[in-house]
Amino acid sequence: MYARLTSALALACLINGAALAADNKVTDPQIAHIAYTAGVIDIEAAKQALQMSKDKEVLAFANDMLRDHEAVNKQALDLVKKLNVTPEDNDTSRALAKAAAEERDRLAKLSGADFDKAYVANEVAYHKQVNGALETLLIPSAKNADLKDLLETGLKLFQGHQQHAEHVAAMMK
Amino acid sequence: MVSKRSLCVLCGLTLILAGSPARAETIRVTIEKLVFSPAEISVAVGDVVEWQNNDVMAHTATVKGDFDIAIPPGGTAALTVTKAGTFDYFCRFHPNMKARLQVW
Repeated sequence: MYARLTSALALACLINGAALAADNKVTDPQIAHIAYTAGVIDIEAAKQALQMSKDKEVLAFANDMLRDHEAVNKQALDLVKKLNVTPEDNDTSRALAKAAAEERDRLAKLSGADFDKAYVANEVAYHKQVNGALETLLIPSAKNADLKDLLETGLKLFQGHQQHAEHVAAMMK
Repeated sequence: MVSKRSLCVLCGLTLILAGSPARAETIRVTIEKLVFSPAEISVAVGDVVEWQNNDVMAHTATVKGDFDIAIPPGGTAALTVTKAGTFDYFCRFHPNMKARLQVW
């Protein structure tokens, strides 16, 4: 729970920061880094679920997440290479990674149905948070048209994953 | 010089072609950036729907309790339509991807 709050807080600060201070805008190299980090976090979460879960639906969902986010992150790397942009680490990326590590530690202490429920609930919450950040900050702030385009596709993908996660969560009840 | 006989054969062939029923068509739906396009198509029983996936991730065209077509990234998949009706299909991996297939 703490981790989820930290992650929500990190994104909330990011969003508020952009709304309040014009000089606090995220740059394209930072946006690229945040988007890539968001993908890596979900890949790590999926790998943990593949190790810990025995539930067929949860395993299938985790495999879907792994496959999609690896494919999109590869596309993102190809794009930054093409644009000759070096993704730049930043406070938001660091806060997201830290919160995700804490969430993984929390989940690692669970097992069976408790783990499955917590993993899927976190997937819903996490995708929701990333969608919020994409819509309100990352997409509007992106300068490069190709980067903006990739983020817009990313938003549709994350929205799809959120619905998929909600569906899995509903089936577990 | 065309002989009378070959002329007759030609006429017969033309009649057969004109009289045969409409041939099955292939209707293409493109998937790009998690969108089915066109979002709605109308086809006849016997036609083939072919999905072309231009995304880097896998998709499906699914109707619960009916068809479930896996469409690999950068690839195609086809369905021969066998019954009439309205089919609202979606992608199992990304349920926000929706489209409609009308079959008459």
